[in-house]
Parts: sequence; structure tokens; C-alpha cells
Amino acid sequence: MIVSLPARRRLINLASQIGSVLTVCFGLFWLFWILLTLLQLGIPGMNLKVFTQMTPPPGSPGGLLNAIVGTFLMVMLSTLIGTPIGILAGIYLAEYGQTGWLSPLTRFINDILLSAPSIVIGLFVYEVYVVFTGHFSGLAGSFALGLLVIPVVVRTTENMLKLVPNRLREAAAALGTPRWKVITMITLRASRAGIITGILLAVARISGETAPLLFTSLNNQFWSSNINRPMANLPVTIFEYAMSPYKDWQNLAWAGALLITFGVLGLNIVARTFLRQSGPGR
Amino acid sequence: MVDGSEVLTEGSGVMPRRTSDVHLNVHLLADLLFKNITRFFAFLVLILLAGIIVSLFIGSLPAIKKFGFGFIGNAEWNPVTEVFGGLVPIIGTIATSVIALLIAVPVSVGIALFLTEMCPLWLRRPLGTAIELLAGVPSIIYGMWGLFVFAPLFRDYAEPWINSHLGILPLIGPLFHGPPMGIGMLTAGLILSIMVIPFIASVMRDVFEVVPPLLKESAYGLGATTWEVFRNIVLPYTKIGVVGGIMLGLGRALGETMAVTFVIGNAHELHASLLMPGNSIASTLANEFTEAVGELYTSSLIELGLLLFFITFVVLAFAKLLLIRLSRLEGAKS
Repeated sequence: MIVSLPARRRLINLASQIGSVLTVCFGLFWLFWILLTLLQLGIPGMNLKVFTQMTPPPGSPGGLLNAIVGTFLMVMLSTLIGTPIGILAGIYLAEYGQTGWLSPLTRFINDILLSAPSIVIGLFVYEVYVVFTGHFSGLAGSFALGLLVIPVVVRTTENMLKLVPNRLREAAAALGTPRWKVITMITLRASRAGIITGILLAVARISGETAPLLFTSLNNQFWSSNINRPMANLPVTIFEYAMSPYKDWQNLAWAGALLITFGVLGLNIVARTFLRQSGPGR
Repeated sequence: MVDGSEVLTEGSGVMPRRTSDVHLNVHLLADLLFKNITRFFAFLVLILLAGIIVSLFIGSLPAIKKFGFGFIGNAEWNPVTEVFGGLVPIIGTIATSVIALLIAVPVSVGIALFLTEMCPLWLRRPLGTAIELLAGVPSIIYGMWGLFVFAPLFRDYAEPWINSHLGILPLIGPLFHGPPMGIGMLTAGLILSIMVIPFIASVMRDVFEVVPPLLKESAYGLGATTWEVFRNIVLPYTKIGVVGGIMLGLGRALGETMAVTFVIGNAHELHASLLMPGNSIASTLANEFTEAVGELYTSSLIELGLLLFFITFVVLAFAKLLLIRLSRLEGAKS
């Protein structure tokens, strides 16, 4: 069969466009399937007990209260550890980083750490902190998560500071404002929304992280607010309960999974809309 | 402000000119301090990397001393006789990542093409967000879903078909021949591919947007179709960046832990078939590290971690260099 050249071109084009639409459907298909599964299996296990009771032994009723609180505590602590370091390093890269060897190298390494396997970070904290103190602890888990926060915050801080027009810096400098005041009072404030977005995205990322916690905070069946002891947390609890043979544990795991996924996705959406509404340059 | 008033109260009889001199000095000092504090934290990021490498190296010294380079090529992993070799997890890591890329790359190209060239403007943002949400789903959720929902379906419907259609082919046949179990290297690779699609697609979208509209519009003006513009203008212009994006996805796939741990089967065995259970470096660590007894066992696991970090580091560094080169080229051309 001989097809004329224009017809063939049109055909190829049509095929590629259909293929492209199909790939998008392919991507969305999994997202919706996973979310539907979570709703379907998570909602039956969802009730007030999940938020008010401790993780139970198999066969008795219970909830995820200690795990939820533990995750909250550790995420908060790690954000407090990681954010200042990330913001200050980001300031250096954006404001002082035009010359010298340090900033290009740091930028490069930071981008690699951004995608580095999180389980290796856990291993690192195990080696330098857990071995040193001799026991697993919530603090070690927070360190591991904090190390994951740093690259995200560095990246967004630098990007957002670079969006601030140089005219602002020059105008302030012309008024005799010292450099550190220009940065803290003007450029940082102008890019506040973007930096907060970065922090929110970092929180979203670490909230569901399981791998770095396995060797650092471990898990705890009981209530614990002592950060020097192994601490209960949602991801590891989900991992243990999902892998267990007990039906009621698995149901709790699905409830926890529903909770954490919608929390993380909600945080993602909030961060993005927040940036769009109040971010610089938009 | 505090420094200024302090100076005024101390030397109220001094000329105002001197006050501003002191003021200036204080600010110079504050400037210097501030700059060096931020520089210190930037430096800390480098220290972090060095710290990871050094600590993992020290941790794996006993294993390195005992097994040497043979560790990489040895398929035995026996905690009882204390003989450890990393071949099975290394092969598992690479095999699952390659499967993931084989699926994820074409799909990501399609998604990026749709988002940049074909998508109506109003749909662009929600669709882009939806794809990025796929990256936001915690990896443990992929694992649970993969084990409890996807694997049974895959076992009942897909694997018998794979066995009877792909398993009989020459050359690649043995790869697809095996009992349908649902879990195994192929399942792990499939789920990994879903996880890395958003990463690759979003890099590719950003990279495709770099192409100057002038070039594309000229081609459209000459009567080129969307596909021809993509094939002959966009891809040649951005090929470095595309490879960079793929490498970034590979880096992600190599180090992914929880999703793989759930579905790979966790068996220290070497099989020709992808349908059989295997092990990856990350899943070995997740499963065995807290239960490892004895120095040699622990340090062998840490050596695996070091190898994983080394491999991902090289892949990610390569990706980053390519992406930097693309942005340089762009700077030079425009």
C-alpha cells in the first residue's frame, strides 16, 4: 500500500499525539488507582480510636496515637534542625556565591544530596550517632530527617533569593544599608513566601520517609515523649503492621497509610497554591 | 539599632562624625560575621558529603579487609558461615532500575511532550500538579499497594501471559520464564518505573521549555507537524538535558528502598528469570541491618550502603553535569 507523503506525515503525527495522550493517561491511571485503593482499604479502619489510642498488640483494639504524635515530634524537630542550616547555606549561594570555588561546588553537591538515597542517610546517622550513644532514639531519627531537609531548603532558598530583582538590593545599598541588613530585611523578606513553600515541601517529603528511620528512631509500641528513647512513628509502624500476618494490624496500617498520604499530598498542594498566590515574580 | 544607641550613650560628648565611624565599623564587623556564618553553613553541606563517605568507609573497613574486591563479584551471602558477597543485591539493584527506566523513559517523554506542545493552557497546571503528586506519594505506600493490590493481579493475569508469550522467545525467553508469584524483580521494576516517571517527566518538561519559541515557530511556519517539530527541533536542541533527566531518574530508582523491599521478594538468590524473587542493596539494608549480629555482618551491610552511595553519586553527578552543560549552551546561544 502506498500512502502519499503528506498523509504519512499526518498519520505519524496523529500516532505520536495519541501516544502522548496515552502516556499521560498511563501516569494518571496509577495515581488514581493508588488513591482509590487507599480510600477503599483505609476508610474501614478509620475511626476515632485511631487518634485516641495507642498501637495495640495483635488481636485487641487500638489506634495509632503514639505513632502520630511521634511522627509530629520528629518532623518538627528535624525541620527546626534542617531549616536554619538550609536557609543560611542558601543565602551564601545566592548572595555571596558569585565568586570563588565554594559556591559552585556546594551547589553541585547539594543537588546530588537532594536525590541521594535516604537509606544511606539513615546508615550515616547510625554510624555517627546511634553507635556513639549506644541506642536508637527519636533524636537520631530527627537528625536523619533533618539531613534530608537541608538540601531541599538550600535549593529553594537560593532559587527564591535569585528571583528578587537586583534593583531592590542596589536601592537599599544606595541608602547606605549594610549588606547583612539588605539580606535579612529586604531580600529575605521579599522571598519569604517562596522559602516557606520550600520548607513545606521539605516537611511533605520527610513525613512519609521510612527508610532513614529504620536504623535511627526504630519504633516503639508504647507512648514515648522522650527523644532519647526509640520513638514510635507512622511510617515504620505502617511498615511493621503491613508486613504482619494479623488482619487488624493490616487494617490499622491502611488507615495510617491513608492518613499519611493525604497529609503529604495535601501539604504539597497547599505549598504550591501558596507559592502561586503570594510568591515573587508571579 | 542597639549598637547605635550604645555608642551614643557612651560617648555623648563626642562629635557625631565619630559616632558614624563607629557605626560603620560595627556594620562592617556584622557584615563580615554574617558572610562567614553563611559561608560556614554552605561549607557544612560539603562536610556532610565527606562525612557520609568517610563514616561509611570506616564502618565497612572490616568487610573490605576480609573480602577485598571479591566482595563485588561474590554471590554468596551466608550469615552463618560469615561469608558475604554483594553480587546478588548489586545485580538486583541494577536490573530493577533498568526495567524501571525502560518503561519510564518513553512514558515521561510522552508526558513532557503533551505538557509542552499539545496541552491546552488551562489544563497545563492541574495536569502538571497531578503528575507531580505521583512523586509526592510516600514510597512505603507504593510498596503496600504493590504487595497487596498490584502483585496478586499481576500474578493472576499478567504473569501467565508473560510466561506463555515472552517466555518462549529465543534469547530473551529465559528472562520471562518462571512460576507466577506476583512478587519478584519484574514487579519491583514496574513499581519503580511508576515512581520515577514524575521525576523524569518534570525534568524533561523544564528542558523542553528551554527551546526558543522562535525555532519552534519557524518550523511550524514551514509546515512541520507537532511530531516533526519535536523530533527535529526540540529533541536535538535538548538531547543533553534529556539524558540528564534520565540519569536523574536512574539515580532515584537505584536508591529507592521501601517500595522495592515490599515487592522484590527478598531472596539472596541469583536467577536468570525476572519473575523470580531477588534482592536490591536498599532492600537488603532495610531488612537485615537491625537484625545483623556480629561485626562482619554489619560491616558487610555498610559496605553495600557505601557501594550504593558510590553508584548513585556517579550517576547523579553525571546527570548534573549534563544539565549544567545544557544551561550553558542555552546561555551561549541566546
